[in-house]
Amino acid sequence: MEGAMQVDTQIRTEPGAEAGPGGPGCSLRHFACEQNLLSRPDGSASFLQGDTSVLAGVYGPAEVKISKEIFNKATLEVLLRPKTGLPGVAEKSRERLIRNTCEAVVLGALHPRTSITVVLQVISDAGSLLACCLNAACMALVDAGVPMRALFCGVTCALDADGNLVLDPTVKQEKEARAVLTFALDSVEWKLLMSTTKGLYTNAELQQCLAAAQAASQQVFRFFRESLQRRYSKS
Amino acid sequence: MKETPLSNCERRFLLRAIEEKKRLDGRQTYDYRNIKISFGTDYGCCIVELGKTRVLGQVSCELVSPKLNRATEGILFFNLELSQMAAPAFEPGRQSDLLVKLNRLLERCLRNSKCIDTESLCVVAGEKVWQIRVDLHLLNHDGNIIDAASIAAIVALCHFRRPDVSVQGDEVTLYTPEERDPVPLSIHHMPICVSFAFFQQGTYLLVDPNEREERVMDGLLVIAMNKHREICTIQSSGGIMLLKDQVLRCSKIAGVKVAEITELIQKALENDQKVRHRKEGGKFGFAESIANQRITAFKMEKAPIDTSDVGEKAEEIIAEAEPPSEVVSNPVLWTPGTAQIGEGIENSWGDLEDSEKEDEDEGGSEEAVILDSVKMDAGVISNIGSQDAPIVLSDSEEEEMIILEPDKNPKKIRTQTISVKQEKAASKKPMKKRKKKRAVN
Repeated sequence: MEGAMQVDTQIRTEPGAEAGPGGPGCSLRHFACEQNLLSRPDGSASFLQGDTSVLAGVYGPAEVKISKEIFNKATLEVLLRPKTGLPGVAEKSRERLIRNTCEAVVLGALHPRTSITVVLQVISDAGSLLACCLNAACMALVDAGVPMRALFCGVTCALDADGNLVLDPTVKQEKEARAVLTFALDSVEWKLLMSTTKGLYTNAELQQCLAAAQAASQQVFRFFRESLQRRYSKS
Repeated sequence: MKETPLSNCERRFLLRAIEEKKRLDGRQTYDYRNIKISFGTDYGCCIVELGKTRVLGQVSCELVSPKLNRATEGILFFNLELSQMAAPAFEPGRQSDLLVKLNRLLERCLRNSKCIDTESLCVVAGEKVWQIRVDLHLLNHDGNIIDAASIAAIVALCHFRRPDVSVQGDEVTLYTPEERDPVPLSIHHMPICVSFAFFQQGTYLLVDPNEREERVMDGLLVIAMNKHREICTIQSSGGIMLLKDQVLRCSKIAGVKVAEITELIQKALENDQKVRHRKEGGKFGFAESIANQRITAFKMEKAPIDTSDVGEKAEEIIAEAEPPSEVVSNPVLWTPGTAQIGEGIENSWGDLEDSEKEDEDEGGSEEAVILDSVKMDAGVISNIGSQDAPIVLSDSEEEEMIILEPDKNPKKIRTQTISVKQEKAASKKPMKKRKKKRAVN
């Protein structure tokens, strides 16, 4: 796969690693999620990470165009719409990264010759946009009831000039950063599904970021779990 | 994905209900659905909900040179997008009739009514003016897109603040929001569209039709009006004949509705201003507009992540992992401007035209690997050998892989292959086999 590296890491993370007082910048911004807020799509979710906000809608499994039909699995399409102007190369590249991540977890073989369409709309970008897109896509897929092997989440890390690690950076932090790394991790083994990076970093720093992303992903998955628990509770 | 067609019985049911003055959502004939306006964190961003119809509006600005015939006027640009998220039938990247119609109506409602003072957007006459761009995204389609879009557009424009500029002589200075407070646009009035759906050739009328009602209606009348009861645009579509009285009655209803909506907009804008300018840092943005009591919504406060052991973990992994293969990265300068780092394996990314070429490539890469191991061992000597190769490579026009072999005469081989091609143009398979053999040799 050209766009998304699918690398299995040998990292073992202890599920009991509780969030303690981390260093400065090592915290996730406040999260909010609302599911099923649109009436037309089969599943929808709006995901907020701090001031970054993405709205996702999922249609599927539904009828597929003959030209896009795949005979043994579902055709997964991801559309990312920017807030202003028309979608460009940056959006296309992100679409591809998200699509490859979704394809890794969605059990498309259960719905051959159908289409699953994920439409993402950027509502506001205040940093860690790709991670937020991934989280919104995951929650919308869950809402649509698309069968998945695991959940996935996106975590962005930034390394500043002094080599300090910042999780879930804001736009300002991203601009000042030496490197920005975004990972997609699955919820079963916390393994890497996708990684995309920008900037310079060493081998050790990559592993550090990955370990930090895994620690952060547990928090994100806990958030997913709690919001779904609330969703399917009776009160 | 195609739109689900409306069945005949659904259609009959809807029409019967309308004849009996009943609407499926329990509204009266002249009732609007609930309107909710929420603002984003940045200026000029809002979401308008009209029942289940949802429109996202975002205003942005840019300094551009003005149009030649309007040297002192700023430029207003509207763009409504029907995203596939709104309804499965909307295809991305296609200008449907509906979209063209809606965009045109929006332009007429907002630009041609001169609700924005475009002259105040001029910075230097004939050189620099502000271009205000209004992007509207339909997020969910439940009928009456135009009303929701026109509300979203005017709300976003009212909410927007452009950066302050100053002109001293020929110098134009643009101030960041930190230096000087951004300035709002000057808005003369707020035109708002009100839609009326007509059924049974104009016998029945409904205000604010939802998606189902839109699908069975015969005609549509859109009146854009401001709170001073001035009509900005009026458009009738669907080919129904309306009486003068009907149009007048509609314009009266529109006047009432517009007054209500304008009041609502002003209240929403005031509320947002209050929260935004509160000293102790009031909370605003979309996060606040998510109702916390809703079962489908969930929030989490800022969560610290323990990253103290990250360094150790990374070290552990690096220690456990095999050391990365040492790549000999002595850059080799072939000709001025062309250098090589790495192992010199052919890239496999290019589009291969046919299977024949593919096979050649495979043979080639095998060779290259072999060649490389030789290079590693032999060191200096192989360097000379490999230096020979690229020279031949630049010679060959057909990009044959054979040239990587240093100890064969490439030219001879190429002539051979060409002759083989000519002979066996019809049957490709035997030739391929032969080539592979040669490559292995």
